[in-house]
Amino acid sequence: MSSAPVSHHAHELPNPATYVKLAVILGIFTIIETATYYIHISELVITLVLLFFMTCKFVLVVGYYMHLKFESKILVAVFSVGMMVALAAMLALIAINHNF
Amino acid sequence: MSGLSQAQQIAHHSDEAHATSTGISHNKIMMWAFLASDCMFFGSFIMTFMVYRGKAAGGPRPQDIWDIPYTSVSAAVLLLSSLAIVLALTYLQRGNERAFRIWLVATAALGLMFLGGQFYEFTTFYHDGLTLHSSLFGSTFFVLTGFHGTHVAIGVIWLLSLAWLSKKGKIPPSRSEMPEIAALYWHFVDIVWIIIFAVVYLIPYKS
Repeated sequence: MSSAPVSHHAHELPNPATYVKLAVILGIFTIIETATYYIHISELVITLVLLFFMTCKFVLVVGYYMHLKFESKILVAVFSVGMMVALAAMLALIAINHNF
Repeated sequence: MSGLSQAQQIAHHSDEAHATSTGISHNKIMMWAFLASDCMFFGSFIMTFMVYRGKAAGGPRPQDIWDIPYTSVSAAVLLLSSLAIVLALTYLQRGNERAFRIWLVATAALGLMFLGGQFYEFTTFYHDGLTLHSSLFGSTFFVLTGFHGTHVAIGVIWLLSLAWLSKKGKIPPSRSEMPEIAALYWHFVDIVWIIIFAVVYLIPYKS
């Protein structure tokens, strides 16, 4: 019985300083997103900017905070299937309702 | 061992490890499968909201009641909670159980702050005339954000339970998978809000 192996693997994951840097980046992205609400430019441009930053934040949290970047491809596949089905359902609803 | 992923190595070494055909803990696979199914759950609600958000039925429209600065602070609080829980897990894996508990309770406190903010927002919207029954916009908004809030509430209870178990000495570093599963759930709640914040509150639409 040994608890050492778990701490051994902690060395392979990002350290606390990296997590804090990521939080700062996520905060900056959130500020940029909020700023778009007050900028009066093309709605298409604003939508694309928001989708871009939203995707960046999503990838950073899933990849680094949830450690999926460091996990087995099996887990990546399991999660990706759910994401793909959700996206497909979203696109279907958009197509049906001619929304946006 | 060099050919194995980090997760497989953890599963191999951990005291809690059990033999699996994939080399990955069944608990972890189960949580990722649950999160994948939750993607579909929230994806459906988000798109239903997008379809019906213009159907205000004479009641308040989104642009009439949104308080973007306030919601931005809520989004930041939830992002901070994600940082707090990843720090909690890191400290546990490094053997610092006290720091683990402190960051775990901080995460739960930030979650409670978010819930308090959501309660205030719901109350304000109610007084502005937006209810679950007032319009399709109101129905889809409250169902979506209400289910998200329920997820946060469940997460807070889970985190506080883990903090209590840790205080009792039942979560040593060798059992870090238990809080790791909870952390996955908590981060997922955060990424759902990342999407809700952008898609529900910020993306413009023609009213």
